[in-house]
Amino acid sequence: MSDEVLKLTSVVKRFGDHEVLRDVSLSLHRHEVVCLIGASGSGKSTLLRCANLLETINGGDIELFGQSLLDPRIDPNLVRRHMGTVFQSFNLFPHLSVLDNVALGPVRALKRPYDDVRVEAMALLARIGLESRAQEFPDRLSGGQQQRVAIVRSLAMRPSLLLLDEVTSALDPTLVGEVLDLLTDLAKSGTTMLIATHEMNFARDVAHQVVFLDQGVLVEQGSPEEVFDRPRHDATRAFLGRVR
Amino acid sequence: MSNETVSDASETPPFLFAPRRRQILQGRNGLIASAASSVAIVFAIVAILVWAPGGATFRSTFFNPHYLWLALKGDPHQAVYSVLGGIVTNIWMFLLCEVLVLIFGLLIAWTRISTSPLLLPFRLLAAAYTDIMRGIPFLLVILMVGYGLPQLNLPLVSNLSLASYGCIALTMTYSAYVAEVYRAGLHSVPHGQILAARSLGLTQYATMRRVVLPQAVRTVIPPLLNDFISLQKDTALVSVIGAVETVRAAQIGVDTYFNESAYTMSAILFLVMTIPMTRFTDHLIAKDREKRLAGER
Repeated sequence: MSDEVLKLTSVVKRFGDHEVLRDVSLSLHRHEVVCLIGASGSGKSTLLRCANLLETINGGDIELFGQSLLDPRIDPNLVRRHMGTVFQSFNLFPHLSVLDNVALGPVRALKRPYDDVRVEAMALLARIGLESRAQEFPDRLSGGQQQRVAIVRSLAMRPSLLLLDEVTSALDPTLVGEVLDLLTDLAKSGTTMLIATHEMNFARDVAHQVVFLDQGVLVEQGSPEEVFDRPRHDATRAFLGRVR
Repeated sequence: MSNETVSDASETPPFLFAPRRRQILQGRNGLIASAASSVAIVFAIVAILVWAPGGATFRSTFFNPHYLWLALKGDPHQAVYSVLGGIVTNIWMFLLCEVLVLIFGLLIAWTRISTSPLLLPFRLLAAAYTDIMRGIPFLLVILMVGYGLPQLNLPLVSNLSLASYGCIALTMTYSAYVAEVYRAGLHSVPHGQILAARSLGLTQYATMRRVVLPQAVRTVIPPLLNDFISLQKDTALVSVIGAVETVRAAQIGVDTYFNESAYTMSAILFLVMTIPMTRFTDHLIAKDREKRLAGER
């Protein structure tokens, strides 16, 4: 098996007449962190939702470990179990305790025994310093804590890669740091991640590759130094000028 | 900055007192005012019953203690049923119907919001069913079921008791209403919850069962209880096909003694059943509102 985890080839996605993704190609290797940057509406979130089959694409191909996800025999539920997804608005389950939020996927999707999952879930919560809050409901936690639980919830599925969709955009500025620290930690321990983000300094620090999207077009792609310090395209320069 | 739009605070302090007529109702005065208005209203209602031109007749036909008591205990010698015995039929009818309605209503709602191509005919059927059953007056449904099913001469459904036909009719109509209540509740769960569950690889069924339903139940309980209160009362309509429940028992009493107090007794028995339920529903709604105002889930 090659170490290519996810590969997008000439992906096209349309909502009605509007082309949200135009011919986007991208690949993500094992232990690699790729950051997607671009203005709101540039197609970052759509790209992530296409990758885990929450949206169906109108052209091109998506491969996971070399297998096309367009194959009609593919079960989207099995695909999604390999891709953890974290959302901008956390989307924790309000009727379940923090612990059960983390345990739900392994127990109900992977059919693993609750007692085993519980031990693992507690270990994951300990990793983010929230094991003492395991029995509480998510609304008792701060936004930063909720988002860290959401990240741990997707890790509990032992995914091959994580898809993160602007996970700090809904947070109070004082809470952004704790979430980014966790992601940096994960990056260092070799977690494969595709991250849509507006945090440029974070992208510069953790990304192996930075991808700039503009109105659904992949304009520029390269190492953080290449994209941030020596952008080759006017659109990239204009965008970076605005966010700095 | 010019001073034209913002008044200068150093001049005179602004006038902050409520008008005199509203000052009267503040504090302890408010308590006295509410007590006075309550007494006045109760007095007015009693006055109408006492001093109306036909007040005495009205009281002796609807509130005659002797016939109230007679209605309550019944009189086997004159073939007059007890209104209290009749209400037992109403109670088992609505208890049974509530359970059936909860099950069928959920099945209909679940079918309507399903997306599987295989279920398309069932989706259309479920939509047609809710439209039709909510569109026909319940009185007609019960007449059609009560007189129609026995004529079909089918095993199982054509030889039931009259009250059982009443239950079938009630379940048919109320399942349609309750299905809509469920559907509104299921739609009230934020879409992000479904995305999160599906992203974990949960199947559509598991998403519904573990994530959507538990959250929908909370929002659905008060409107559901409202429908149940209607259902309790509509068990009375089963009397039109001749099932002897409390209203039919009261009718027989009224026809025998030419005194309407049996209706009053039947109404009192219904209130004894429904008022705890309405109070409980109101309590739940108030609690939910409090929680929402407190910024909780």
